Parts: sequence; C-alpha cells; structure tokens
Amino acid sequence: MIRVEDLVKRYRKAETNAVDGISFEVKAGEFFVLLGPNGAGKTTTISILTTTLSPTSGGATIDGSDVVREASAVRRKVGIIFQRPSLDQNLTAEENVRFHAVLYGIFAYAPTYALMARGYRTKVEELARLLGIARDIHKPVKTFSGGMRRKLEIMRSLLHDPKVLFLDEPTAGLDVPTRRTLWEHLTEVRRTSGTTIFLTTHYLEEAEEADRICIIDKGKVVSFGTPDDIKRDLVEEYVLVDATDRSALRDELARLGYATSGGAPFKVQLDGHSVHSMLRSIETPLSVVKTHTPSLEDAYLEIVSRTGE
Amino acid sequence: MSEASAILALAHRDFIKLLRDRQRMVADFAFPLIFIGILGTSLQAGFGDRAGGLNFLDYVFTGVLAQTVWQSSALGLISLLADREQDFSQEIFVSPISRYSIILGKILGESLVALPQALGIIAFGFILQIHIGPDQLARMALAMLVIALFGGAFGVIVLANLSSQRAANQIFPFVMLPQFFLAGIFNPVQNLPLPLDILSHLAPMRYAVDLMRDAYYGSTSPVVLSSATTNLLIIGALFVVFMVLGTFLFVRAERNR
Repeated sequence: MIRVEDLVKRYRKAETNAVDGISFEVKAGEFFVLLGPNGAGKTTTISILTTTLSPTSGGATIDGSDVVREASAVRRKVGIIFQRPSLDQNLTAEENVRFHAVLYGIFAYAPTYALMARGYRTKVEELARLLGIARDIHKPVKTFSGGMRRKLEIMRSLLHDPKVLFLDEPTAGLDVPTRRTLWEHLTEVRRTSGTTIFLTTHYLEEAEEADRICIIDKGKVVSFGTPDDIKRDLVEEYVLVDATDRSALRDELARLGYATSGGAPFKVQLDGHSVHSMLRSIETPLSVVKTHTPSLEDAYLEIVSRTGE
Repeated sequence: MSEASAILALAHRDFIKLLRDRQRMVADFAFPLIFIGILGTSLQAGFGDRAGGLNFLDYVFTGVLAQTVWQSSALGLISLLADREQDFSQEIFVSPISRYSIILGKILGESLVALPQALGIIAFGFILQIHIGPDQLARMALAMLVIALFGGAFGVIVLANLSSQRAANQIFPFVMLPQFFLAGIFNPVQNLPLPLDILSHLAPMRYAVDLMRDAYYGSTSPVVLSSATTNLLIIGALFVVFMVLGTFLFVRAERNR
C-alpha cells in the first residue's frame, strides 16, 4: 500500500538530512507505527507521503501513485489527522465536515445545511449519532472538548474513504482518559473500515498494538518489524542469578558455556535457550533468580540511546 | 464542477469567518474612517481653497475606498502564510483540488471580506455629506469588485516571495506605503517628475485607485489618469500574471522547503 524507497529530505539551509535514506513498506490494512523521538523525521516523512513536501531524493508511492508526480491522485487516496487541530474554531462541526466533503468532491457545495444534498445530510446525521453529538453538530467547534474535536476530525477524514489514514501524533496534548477513548474509537474505525493506518507517535503504549513498527532516529531507520521482533532483536533477554557460593556458580556457568558479564549477581544471556533448561542445568544452589523480559519501552530506550552515542 | 464547488466553498468559508469575528470587523472599519475623517477633512480645511476646484474630501474618500478594498484582499491572501499550518487551512492544502482553485477561492473569499468594509466607508461618506448619486454608486460597486479581486492577486505574488508571516509583517509597509503616494490616494500624481512618474506607473495600486476615481468622477474629469478601458486591460493582465505566477511560485516554495 505504501512503499518508501531511499527517501531523503534536506531542508533548505539545513546542514543535515531531516530524513536520511529511509525505506520501508506498509501492507494494505496494516496498522503501521512510525516511532521516534522528537526531531527524528516523523512529520517530515508524513509531509512527503501526503504530498505537501517534496523529497530531496528517493521517492514513495501510495497505492501505486507516486507522491511527487501523481500528487493529486495521492491526495485523493489519503486522509490526514495533523498534529495541530485542523478544525475551524469559528465554524460549526457540520460546516467543518461540509467543507471537507466539498473539497474532496463528494458533494456539491451549498451555502446552508438545508440546501445540501440529501445524501450528505444523511451522512452527517449518522456521523453525529456515532459521535454522540446529534444536538451539538450545528454548534461552533470551539465549544467542543479536545477529545471530541479529535474524534470529529477522524470521522471527517474518513468521509472520502481514504485507503490510508495518516495520524501525526494525534494524541499529543490530550489527557489520559481522552487518549484512551480516542484510541478505542480508532480501533473501532479500523475494525469497521479496514483502512490502512499510518501513525506517528512517541508514546510507546500506542505502538504495542501495531502490526508493524518502524523506529527512526535522526532520519534513519534503526529498527523495523512487529513489536515482538523489535523486542527480540534489540533487547537481550537474560536471567540474573546469584548463589551463596559465588565462585562455584561462576565456574559452573563457564563450564556450561553461558556468557556472563560483570560481577554477582550474574547476568546470563539466554541466547535462545529457555529459562527452564538453563536453570535445570545449574547444580549450584541458587539464592536469586530474576528473569528479564523486555518491554517495547526498553527496546525503544535502548535503540535511541544507542544511536545517540 | 467539483473545482467550482470547492472554490465557492473556500470563498464562503472566509466570509463566514469574518461575520463571526467581531473584533476584526471593528478593526477593519476603524482605519479607513480615520484616514477620511481626519486626513480628508483637514486637507480640505487647510488647502481646499488653493486646490483649483478639487474637493480634497471627495478625492481622499475615493482614494481610500480603493486602497482599503485593494489592501484588505491583498492582506487576506498574505494571511495564508500564517494560516497554512493552522486550523482548516492545513486541510485545504492536502485536499485533491487544484492549487489554482485554492488560490482563486481564497481571492474570491478575501474579496467578499473586503466589500463589507467598503460599504462601511461609503456609509461614512454619506455622513460626511460626500455626494454619491445612484449611477455613481453602481459604477463604484463594480469597480470595487474588480479592485478586490486585483488586490487579492497582488497578495498572491507578494505571498509567493515570502517565507513567513514575520517576513510579511516586515516587508508589507515597504510594499504598501510607497504605493499610497505613488497611486495618489491623498496626493495628486498628474505632474510628477519623471523618475516618480515611472514608479507611479509601476505601482499596481495606481490602476485600482484610478478605476475607482473614474467610477466616481466620470471619465472626463481631470482627476482621472487613464480611461476605464485602459485600466481594466492593465488590471486584467496583471491579475492573470500575479495569480498564475504567484500560485506557481507559492506552491513550489511550499513544497521545496
């Protein structure tokens, strides 16, 4: 669905590349997360994919359309939720939706709601019901809560049935309960519409649910795969063991061929062995056993600190 | 069809936004009223007798009317610099409609926004007892529409060459103020020394102001510089050039940041 090849972007007057030769693919229907710290190049990448920015070199296609040469076709195929809210505060919720529908050529424009096509009004009613704002749909958006505005934006962006929905840090600045309900909403949207979702975030818990994650830092891809792949590849799984008779344990571990590092308690790399078989093979009585299974956050922190060196 | 629909929607959006923004309405009216009320009246009181039959109040009134409409829609277009990363404007630039439609819709919208201001100025003119007949009013209304669209196109070409709203705020006085005098809003520009005369002919605002004076005074008046036909031809040509070149440059600058 999305194919990015060796994409490079250097802003004018910049000394380094904001995006530095990244390549990845996103399959149709996937929930894809582009993860990275601030300034990693996430928004730059999304801007190029949504045609508002030209790449310096390399390229990308969305559903077969080139983001540079077929910008108009690409725009028709994508929906975008921007980092900053893109609703007009002075307009009503319905007016915001109406302008969107007209810009995407879904309905012809009429200056009032009553004069709009019946199909449009049915759609708006349905949308208002889904969001539970049937009574407020004709009120200015500025009277809505932050979470409600975001939901309205998501609903609006789905009006033209985009093949890919881009969300650029959609939950930034929202409180935890709002983030959670927004997330449930998005999961529901994904379930019902089957739209490919391309999300950028620096909240790790939002990436745990992803089909695939691409972690970028300083414009480069540093890791790519399912959340499990990333955890497995990047963070070591190990067991901490200790014994009253430390020298006996050290000798035994060495004899069994386990790599240990540092002093006691000993950090034993599993290297594919199961914890069970490892513990069974040790005969020295153990006083401490601690297993360490990485979370995505561990992986992420490790990746980011690694590239920072 | 859908492009035309989108242009209308964009224009209407600007207009709704104006109607719902009270502060801006008040600010928009205040400035021209100060010009006409204070400057026009004081010029007339001070120089009126020596101006060879020219009524300064009428002269400044017509000049400020054209200038306000022109500048208002020009500024409206330039506000795209600040708006493009805010609210609905972000949405506009990722929508599939043509970039020319976006700019045209914006010009139309900002023209609609400029016209109510003009109505306010005309109402103020009546209070100052400036005589405006119905036929004059009809001609002036048409001229205002042309001037508003022209001002919008001028805004596009200025916009295309600026990188930020801050740059716009710094540059704008230099682009506008000289034109106030070169276009003859307050001062006659009939007998300028050659270098200034050339500059005056280069100032786009000159043609807007002259078209308005033609509508008010009639084409035979000594106040009018060129015929309405000449002015309209020049305005038409500049509109196309500003609009097409401006859009092209603006879009290119946006994407090649």
